[in-house]
Amino acid sequence: MRILALLIIPVLLGILSLLSRAETRRKFRRFVLSITAFLHLMLTASFHFFPVAQEKQGFFSLDPLGLLFLSVTSLLFLLVSLYAWGYFHHERKVVKEGVSHLFTPCMLFFLTAMTLTSVTHHLGVLWVAIEGTTLASAPLIYYHHHEKALEATWKYLLICSVGIALALLGLFFVAAASGGHGSDLNVTSLMSHGKILEPRWLRVGFILVLVGFGTKMGLAPMHAWLPDAHSEAPSPVSALLSGALLNCAFLGILRFYQVCLAANLGHFMSRLFILFGLLSLFIAAAFIIKQRDYKRMLAYSSVEHMGILALGIGVGSGFGGLLHVVNHSLAKALLFLTAGQILIAYRTKMTSEVHGLLRKLPLTGVLLGLGIPCYFGIASPGPLYQRIFNLQRWVILGSCHLHGSLSPGPGGCFCRHVTHCPWDDSGGRS
Amino acid sequence: MDWLLIGIILSAFFLLGFSRLSSCIYIVALQGAMLSALPLLAKGSFQELHIVLMSLGTFAIKAVAMPFLLTRSIREASIRQEVEPIVSLHLSLFAGGGIAVLAFSSIKALPPALPPFSPMAVPVALTVVLIGFFLLVSRTKAITQVIGFLVLENGVFLFGMNLVGDFPAIVEMGVLLDLLVGIFVMGIMIYHINRTFDHIDTRVLTALQESEEETE
Repeated sequence: MRILALLIIPVLLGILSLLSRAETRRKFRRFVLSITAFLHLMLTASFHFFPVAQEKQGFFSLDPLGLLFLSVTSLLFLLVSLYAWGYFHHERKVVKEGVSHLFTPCMLFFLTAMTLTSVTHHLGVLWVAIEGTTLASAPLIYYHHHEKALEATWKYLLICSVGIALALLGLFFVAAASGGHGSDLNVTSLMSHGKILEPRWLRVGFILVLVGFGTKMGLAPMHAWLPDAHSEAPSPVSALLSGALLNCAFLGILRFYQVCLAANLGHFMSRLFILFGLLSLFIAAAFIIKQRDYKRMLAYSSVEHMGILALGIGVGSGFGGLLHVVNHSLAKALLFLTAGQILIAYRTKMTSEVHGLLRKLPLTGVLLGLGIPCYFGIASPGPLYQRIFNLQRWVILGSCHLHGSLSPGPGGCFCRHVTHCPWDDSGGRS
Repeated sequence: MDWLLIGIILSAFFLLGFSRLSSCIYIVALQGAMLSALPLLAKGSFQELHIVLMSLGTFAIKAVAMPFLLTRSIREASIRQEVEPIVSLHLSLFAGGGIAVLAFSSIKALPPALPPFSPMAVPVALTVVLIGFFLLVSRTKAITQVIGFLVLENGVFLFGMNLVGDFPAIVEMGVLLDLLVGIFVMGIMIYHINRTFDHIDTRVLTALQESEEETE
C-alpha cells in the first residue's frame, strides 16, 4: 500500500504541475517539487521503522537492497529540489533561454521511474522502469535548448535506448533459460529454482544485460553519452543523474546477478565485472588527466566510480561495493551542486578560468573542499581493497593503486586551483 | 506462418536497399503489422483474449502510431527525402546477406523457439536485430537512426515472442508504451535538431568531443 503511494504521489503531482505551465506559476511548481520530495522521503523513512512483508509473487516488493537504493535516491532528490529554488533563481539572470515549465513534471516522473526500479522484483517491470528513467530525464538534459545540449540529449537518448533494447534481449534469454515462463520472471522465484536454469542461455542473457544496463550505468567502453549529458545538463540534474540514475542501472544489474549467483554462475560473472570495472577505471583515469572542463571531469570521475562498484561486486565485496554506492552518490551530488554554484558565479566551465573561490564564495569553497576527499575515493574502497588483498589478486590490486595515484591528481589540482589557497600562488597553472 | 517470417526478413532487406525516407517508414510500419499478426497466426485461434489484445496493441503502436509520429516529424521539419547512407545501398544489401547467412548458420547456438513457432523464427529474429544495428551505424540522418532503432526493437520483440511464453500483459504494455514515448521524444528532438542546424545530419553533432575541447 505504502509502496503504491510512493509511486502514485509523484505521478499525480507531476501531472498537476504539467497542467499549470504558465510562467507566473514557477514558484507553485517549485513548491510542488519540494513538497513531493519531502513526502517521498518521509514515506521512504517509514520503511526503515515499519518494514513491509516480503512477497514471493506480484510486482512490488521491497527488500533491504532496494530500500538502500530507494533511501539514497529519495534523500538526494529532496536536497536537489531544495537546491533548485536558489539555483534557477540565480541562473535566470545569466542564461535567458530554457523551458522551465517541463522541469518539475519531468523531475517528478523521473523520481517515479527511479522509485519503481528500487521497489520491484519483477525483471520485466525493472526494464520498463529503467527505460522510463531515460525518457523522463531526456527533457531535463535539454533544459538549456542550445546546440550542445541538443547534441548531448540526442546521444543520451539514442545510445541508452539501444543499450536498453539489448538488455531487453538479455531479459528474454533469461526467460528462455527458465523454460520460457514469462509469468514468473521474478527475482525471488527465479532464485528459488536457480539450479534448474539452463546455464548457457543464462550466461548469454547476463552478458547482454551487463552491456545493456552497463550503458546506462556508464561502464566503459559504453560510457560515450555520460560526460556529454552530465556536463550539458543544469547542475541539479547532473547531480541526480550521477548520484541516483547510475545507481538505478547498477541495481538492475545486481538483480540479474542475484539470479546468476543462485544458478552457480558466480565465478563467470565476477570475471566479467572485474573486466568492465578495470576498463572503466583506466579509461576514466586517462580522460581525467587532461580534462579542462570541470563538469566533464566530474562526469569522468563518475565513470571511474562505477568501475569501482563493478570491481567491488566482481571481487565479492558486497559490503564495500554498497558502501561505495552511498558514498559516491552523496559526494558526487555535493560536487555537482557546488560546480553549479561555481558555474553561476564565474560563467565558465573551464578550470583554468576559475580563481579565488574561497574569497568569492567561501561556503561553496569549503563544501568543495569537503567533497574532494570523497572524490579521491579514500573512505569507502577500504573494505574493498581489504577484500582484494585477502584474495591475493595482485594484478587487480596493482592496477587499482596505479589508477588511484593517477586520477585524483587533476581533482586535487582543481581544488587547489579554484580555491586559490594563500600558501600557493602558482594556481594559474594546473 | 513461415511466409510471414520471410516477409519480416524481406522487409528488413528492403530497408537496406530503399533510398526514399517515406518508403522506409512505410516498410517499418508493414514490418510492425506483420509482427503483430504473427502470434495470432501461430496460435491459430482468436479465442484467447490476452493474445488478441496484445496483437491489437502491438499493431496500434508499431504499425500506426510510430510511423505516424515519424511521418509527422519529416513533414514538420521538411526533411529531404534521400537516406544518405555512409555505406552505399548495394554494399548494404550485401552486408545484409552476410548477416542472414551468419544468423542462420548459428542456429545451433541459439535457444530453441517455443512450440507454436517454427524453428526458423529465432534466426530470423537475430537477422532483424543485426540488420537494425547495421542501419543504425551506417546512416547519417537522425531519422534514419531512429528507423534503425525501430528495426532493432522489432527484432528484439520477435525474440521475445519466440522465447517467452506467457509474458504478463501489463509488463508487455509497459514495454510498448515506453517505446511509443521514446519515439515521441525522439521525434521532438529531430524537430529541434532540424531547427537548430537546418538539417538532421548527425555528423555535425561533434562539438562535445575531447579533441575539440583542447583547442577551445
